[in-house]
Order: sequence, then C-alpha cells, then structure tokens
Amino acid sequence: MPMKMRGTVWKFGSDIDTDRIIPARHLNTSDPAELARHCMEDEDPGFAGKVKPGDIIVAGKNFGCGSSREHAPFSIKAAGVACVIAKSFARIFFRNSFNMGLPILECPDAVDSTSAGDTLDVDFSNGIIKNVTKNKVFKANPIPQFMQELVRAGGLMKWIKKRGMV
Amino acid sequence: MTITEKILALHAGKKDVTPGELINAKVDIALGNDITAPIAITEFRGVGGKKVFNRDRVVLVPDHFTPNKDILSAIQSKAVREFAVEQKLTHYYEGGDVGVEHALLPEKGIVVSGDLVIGADSHTCTYGALGAFSTGVGSTDLAAVMITGELWFKVPPTIKFVYYGKLNKWVGGKDLILYTIGDIGVDGALYKAMEFAGEAIGRLSMDGRFSVCNMAVEAGAKSGIMEPDEVTRKYLRNRAERPPRFHFSDPGAIYESTMEYDCAKIEPQVALPHLPENTKNVTDVGNIPIDQVVIGSCTNGRIEDLKVSAKVLRKNRVAKNVRLIIIPATPSIYREAMERGYFDVFLKAGAVISPPTCGPCLGGHMGILAPGERAVSTTNRNFMGRMGDSTSEVYLANPAVAAASAVKGRLAHPDEVVKP
Ligand code: SF4
Repeated sequence: MPMKMRGTVWKFGSDIDTDRIIPARHLNTSDPAELARHCMEDEDPGFAGKVKPGDIIVAGKNFGCGSSREHAPFSIKAAGVACVIAKSFARIFFRNSFNMGLPILECPDAVDSTSAGDTLDVDFSNGIIKNVTKNKVFKANPIPQFMQELVRAGGLMKWIKKRGMV
Repeated sequence: MTITEKILALHAGKKDVTPGELINAKVDIALGNDITAPIAITEFRGVGGKKVFNRDRVVLVPDHFTPNKDILSAIQSKAVREFAVEQKLTHYYEGGDVGVEHALLPEKGIVVSGDLVIGADSHTCTYGALGAFSTGVGSTDLAAVMITGELWFKVPPTIKFVYYGKLNKWVGGKDLILYTIGDIGVDGALYKAMEFAGEAIGRLSMDGRFSVCNMAVEAGAKSGIMEPDEVTRKYLRNRAERPPRFHFSDPGAIYESTMEYDCAKIEPQVALPHLPENTKNVTDVGNIPIDQVVIGSCTNGRIEDLKVSAKVLRKNRVAKNVRLIIIPATPSIYREAMERGYFDVFLKAGAVISPPTCGPCLGGHMGILAPGERAVSTTNRNFMGRMGDSTSEVYLANPAVAAASAVKGRLAHPDEVVKP
C-alpha cells in the first residue's frame, strides 16, 4: 500500500459506530462494490456518491466503535478512502484496519485543526500529517514496530504466508 | 499479575507479561458467525489454507440472520455450512440446534475457565464471566487463527471495578454494567481489560455475570473478566468439555486504576438513544411512549431473564399497539422456558415468541423498527439505526424494566406493574 497520500478531507464527529459506517441491513453480502455504495449511509447519505478515490476521513474520538464487522473498514477502503485520521479508534476497528491494510492514524491535534474540504498530505511511514490548506504540520501517535511490519507485509494474511505458516 | 496477564502469559509461553507488550499467543477457541465467518473462510482459502488447526476448536455459529432472512443471507449461511462439513468441525450449529453464540458456547461447555478465546464478534468478551480471557476480533484475525492456532495480542492494562453492598430490588447484572458505562463513558475502558469484583458480583448468578462481561466492549474494553468462584465451578460441572484452569489476580497485581461502586445507589437503569453511556434511573426518564419491546440477545436472553420477565408479565397484558418480542437465546433455554410454563404467561400477555436468533438486536429481522418508532430492548447497543430506520430509537434496559414497559406502553419501573 502507498505510504504517502494527498487527499481532500471528509469530517465526522466522535463515537461514529460501525452501524453508521455500514448498517447491518447490508451485512448479508461482502461484495466490495455493494458495501462501498452504502458506506456512511446513515451518517451522511450523500457520502458514498460524492467521495473520490484518495479522499481522507477525519473524525473525533472512538471511531469505529461497536461491532467487529470487518465490513466497516472494508466499505471505507472500497469507497476509495486512502486513510482515516481520528482522535482515537475503537480497538477492533483499529486491529481490523491494520489486518487489511487500511492506513489509519491517531492524531487529536490534526483533527481539531482540520475542516471538511481541507487538503492533507499524509506520510504513513513517519506519521507526519500536513494540512496544506491551513499550512500546519502535525505528528500522529507512533505505530508499534510489529504493526508497521504487518502493514509492510500487506496485512495479516500475507504476513502469515510470508512466514510460511500456511 | 492480574488474572488477565496470567492467562495471556500462559498462552504465550512466557513467565510474565506486562501491559503494552505485544505477544503471540495460542488460542483455545476461535469463533465465527454467519456474518463474519464467510469473509474469514474466503481469506483462509485465499492464502491456500487446507485444514483448520484443530477441528474441535474452531466454532461456527450462524445465528445473526438465521433462520435465513433472505437469499443473500442464505448464501452466507451455506458457505459456513459447507466449510464446517468439509473441515468436519465438531462445533457447528444450525436449525433447531443453533442459539445466540455467546449464550450457546458457555452453555455447551465449549469455553472453560482459563481459556484464551477469540471470536469474530465484538461480544466475545462475554466469556470473561467464566474467568477466561476472551476478546472480539475481525474476520482476518479469525482466518489467521483457523490456520495457525495463534494470534498477536497487545497485553491490555487492567481497570478494576469493585461493587459493594447488596443489589436493590429489580437490579441485575445489566444495571451494574449500564451504570458503569454511564459513569466511565463508551471509551472509558478503551483498549483495556475490565476486571469485575466485589461482593455484589460474587452474589450474581452466572447468567447475571454474563450480562456484565457482555457489555465490556460497550465501554471500549478489550475484555471483561471475573475471578472464578464456587458459582463458576458449579456452572462448569457436568458441562465443561475440557478441564478448566482457575486463575486469580495476585494480591500485589498492578491495576491502572480501581473504581468502586456502592450498589445501594444503583436503581434499574435505562440507556437512552443513541449511546449506551446515556444512562438514567428508569424513574427519571419521564413519560416516553414506546412501540416495541425486545427481550433476548446475548446480553439478556437467558433463563433467569425469561424468569423475571414472566414474573412481571404474569396476569398482565401488553399495552395496546405495543409489540412484545421474546427471544430465548438457545434451544435449551427455549425448552426450559416452555417446560417452566413461561410461554403460557408470555402468550397470554400477547407476546410473540421467536426462535433463538440475534434477529432484531442488530436490525437483522424479526422486529425491525419503522421511522420514528421507539423500542425498549434488553440488548446491548442503542446506536442510531441499530434496530431499523435511522430515525428509530432504542432504549436499553434489563428484562424486568422491558417487560413492565411492554405492559405500560411506556418506559416503566417493574413496581408499577407488579404489586408487592
Ligand atoms: S445478540 Fe446482538 S449483540 Fe449478541 S451476538 Fe447477536 S447481534 Fe451481536
């Protein structure tokens, strides 16, 4: 996955739960296109139609709380979102994102100073987030060594395969 | 070390572990359901997986949309069934054998004290009530464990929650956990282990303890756990399929913090929409008319929950234009409720009795809400749109409050319905 990205910001509040990211009524499938079509449906019905590949989601605390459904990070990824930056993530969402290679960063300051529509430059490898619109630079919480390894391998399954554990 | 650290250390083959440490640990039980297992199965096959690490330890329970609610969910269930048959899994349940996973696994003795359990379902934390470390993960994690029998974990710090004194009338495990979440918030225990202790926990039945640990994830926790005691041992007798291992926190164990609650102050709780932390005493919510009541789920669909529901509903009738849906969580709970005569009470009251399923808890089927409708539910989540349209509302409560509300047609305290 690319380590550097530039994208336009979609801003959401705190405690965005997995039912709002992808409601259970769409969990009878794991088809990427179908899940992408309903991403954030109950939070912002227009989101799936307007989001462009490479855009960035910025949200408050506890993003992705609730269900363990991998459909949540998956629908975000399938919708073309390049990266999610939040004040904090719910733990299963955090885990799932690394396991499937959706880049996510925790950075409360960047969230507070970023508005919808801003352009961000994100370097995942060192956690540097630059708000191009506002000309401000932030550093995200460091990512543990092992999780970086997971990301470099391309997710948990590829990591397992690489280690010859299959 | 805390009980959590001991179990993790043991499964990682280490003498000790400390919070924040990343470990690779052996998994005793890995669980998937009809929503999460199909993805795991695809990933398992995608990397060339041929055989699961142990056919007795991978448990598949299609309980969310079953009996299949539509063609797409039937396709998902079929994928799970075919995999279970191909892998000759010991623990695969469907039809008249299936129940809500987190009620079914302990009941069948599949999870025992001292286990390390992962489940591709966030409420896997329920089994902490048995003194096991159990936590919810995603489908990719489940796929990895199906292949290797191991998984990476970050050792969580532990917060200890101590409950003193006697429970008030109509107060159960559900109220203790709602009250706690109301106090610390939906991210109050983010990434952490919640260890529940104190005399009030000791006096809870296993059913009540499962309700408490079930909702640890609603405070953001990685796991909830309780030290095993005589109640645990008695529950496991004649049902544990492997010898349990009883672990206890050391007297010098290090906790990140300790919270103490005086149970005398805890009244029946209600969590108002749209977060489990929006709690109030039921007597303080005012006049809130309702359209539907759901009694069931992995939080409160056990026999003790149906017993107290029957007690409230006896000689009472559900209010006009209110639907009461009762969902025994497993086939054996269903049978026991029937044999004890609860079904008679429920039917006379005007309730619908559903077969065991998650059903409306996640807005799947068996009781979806229309725009603007309000439900009181014994489940664990009241997120926006959780049970239907995004303008509908869910109020979380214990079974006695739910049953009383069904009778009154508004949120109600059980004392309003049951005369002493
Ligand atoms: S009953 Fe509800 S919370 Fe429990 S496993 Fe089923 S959907 Fe999840």
